[in-house]
Amino acid sequence: MRDMDIGSGVNTIFMDPDPDKAREFFAKKSRAMTDKRITVKEAVENYIQDGCYLSTGGFGAVRIPTAVVHEILRAGRKNLGYYGHTTTHDFQLFCAGNCLSKVDAAYIVGLEARGLSPNARRVMQSGEVEVCEWTNYALAVRLKAASEGVSYGIVRTMMGTDTFKMSGAKIVKCPFTGKKYAAVPAIWPDVAIIHVHESDIYGNCRIKGISVADMELARAAKHVIITTERIVSNDDIRSDPVNTAIPFYLVDAVVEVPFGSYPGNMPYEYFSDEQHLAEWMRVEKDPAAFEKFLDKYIHSVSNFYEYLERCGGWDKLKSLREKEVLV
Amino acid sequence: MTQNYNMMELMICTASRYLEDGKTVAVGTGAPCATAMLAQKTISPNLVILFEAGGIAPELPSMPISVGDSRTFHKAVMAAGMSEMMTTCSRGIVDYAFLGGAQIDKFGNINSTVVGDYYKPKVRFPGSGGANDFASMCWNTLIMTVHSKNRFVEKVDFLTTPGYLTGPGSREAAGLPDNSGPYKIITDLAVMGFDDKTKTMVVESINPGATKEQIQENTGFELLFSDNLSSTSEPKPEELKILREEVDPTKLVIGR
Repeated sequence: MRDMDIGSGVNTIFMDPDPDKAREFFAKKSRAMTDKRITVKEAVENYIQDGCYLSTGGFGAVRIPTAVVHEILRAGRKNLGYYGHTTTHDFQLFCAGNCLSKVDAAYIVGLEARGLSPNARRVMQSGEVEVCEWTNYALAVRLKAASEGVSYGIVRTMMGTDTFKMSGAKIVKCPFTGKKYAAVPAIWPDVAIIHVHESDIYGNCRIKGISVADMELARAAKHVIITTERIVSNDDIRSDPVNTAIPFYLVDAVVEVPFGSYPGNMPYEYFSDEQHLAEWMRVEKDPAAFEKFLDKYIHSVSNFYEYLERCGGWDKLKSLREKEVLV
Repeated sequence: MTQNYNMMELMICTASRYLEDGKTVAVGTGAPCATAMLAQKTISPNLVILFEAGGIAPELPSMPISVGDSRTFHKAVMAAGMSEMMTTCSRGIVDYAFLGGAQIDKFGNINSTVVGDYYKPKVRFPGSGGANDFASMCWNTLIMTVHSKNRFVEKVDFLTTPGYLTGPGSREAAGLPDNSGPYKIITDLAVMGFDDKTKTMVVESINPGATKEQIQENTGFELLFSDNLSSTSEPKPEELKILREEVDPTKLVIGR
């Protein structure tokens, strides 16, 4: 078997890729179709502890579970592991709370065409957060392998680069053709937080538009917290089962949070609040001003609706809804 | 010479002419996306635009701010996910990857991860995102970037995304797909391709107003110049009109 191992990334794999340990966990997970509605606060209290490993759904500032991330900051959770597959505003938030100690990174510290987050850069340049390098596809395949109940997946990317060298991947040789591939370890995050369009009270969910890597994520994570734009009836779900993206037995908690992806974009519902995201970038340049800003928008508010109020309330939300639908 | 366009507009108009009709292109945010939109509205109406988060062949109503925002699958033929997009690249169906770059070397290798020591970086950039995936698996990679000595370096601080790695045969030896790799580098001074024998950058076309000396002075390694060196055409009035009025009316990219 020695010739199978012809190259290895040097960085740490943060989570155990053993599928039998994962199966042991899933053997005990409840399959009951029960009412899983709880509050944002309860979701964080019940499922997110210091030191646990998280992943958020969506794509950076698109369909992100902002309400739960804010609550994680308010609860002062620390030493979290985090899965950075095109994370943007969500990553910026976790850095603002100094919540992270290890990051699997494919895309971090940036907000795409909006530029780079000054504070996220400060945090990542401090050297205090342990990083393991990957690509977006590699991270999707790590979740996919976990969702398949196997210990690794293969990709035809990363090879020959420092991205590979600073990852936890290994080169494997195909037993049929001799071709090389990068093997990437399965990952079962402790908790996934995913914002969806519709869910019933049991956690049967619909996602409209692109799914990014959330199909894989919901099936890989040990615990799944769903925030949803709206609750729909179980009859509604059953009338259109072909569109169920996430079945109930994967889900631990359901929280109804209208406008829950704000200031991110929610496809078919509302566009991102570019003014607010630009304000984040501006204020982050000055640490003192940034502290005040965080206090105003996150720490001194008791819930997500107070935050929405402070960001312009219903007038703002209506304008973002128009921006989304009147294209 | 009076010039009625800026450097970003020149780069976008130039690059758009390399995106052939009927081909598929995976684009990053910003300038690459604007370029693909311009190509679609000019010479390549049947150019298929793909986004890594899952948008397939959208009719883009305006410039997306994210490669995953609603615009990227507006009137698309499919709203899929990342695996669908990336496996499409792996199967050999995607002709072009179109990327920006922070630092690039003579083999077309790109750094978008760190400047300085990896474990305590001077500057941390986002990392690969989907760039390494696209440049590994799409047939031809196009890169658009500003031409300066800081960007065109002998050796990248971190090799995030593969070009021709260390030269001929090295992509294949590493395990990357055969006959794939960097295709054109479009800058504010020139258009470069790659020499068949050495797989290093060769200047093919000089932009209006630029000189050979200026291009070499702004490059941190020895450049090759093509025997058939040509001049890059200026942006056509029609290209500029479409770019300014239809592609990027808010100057998100061309205002930079």
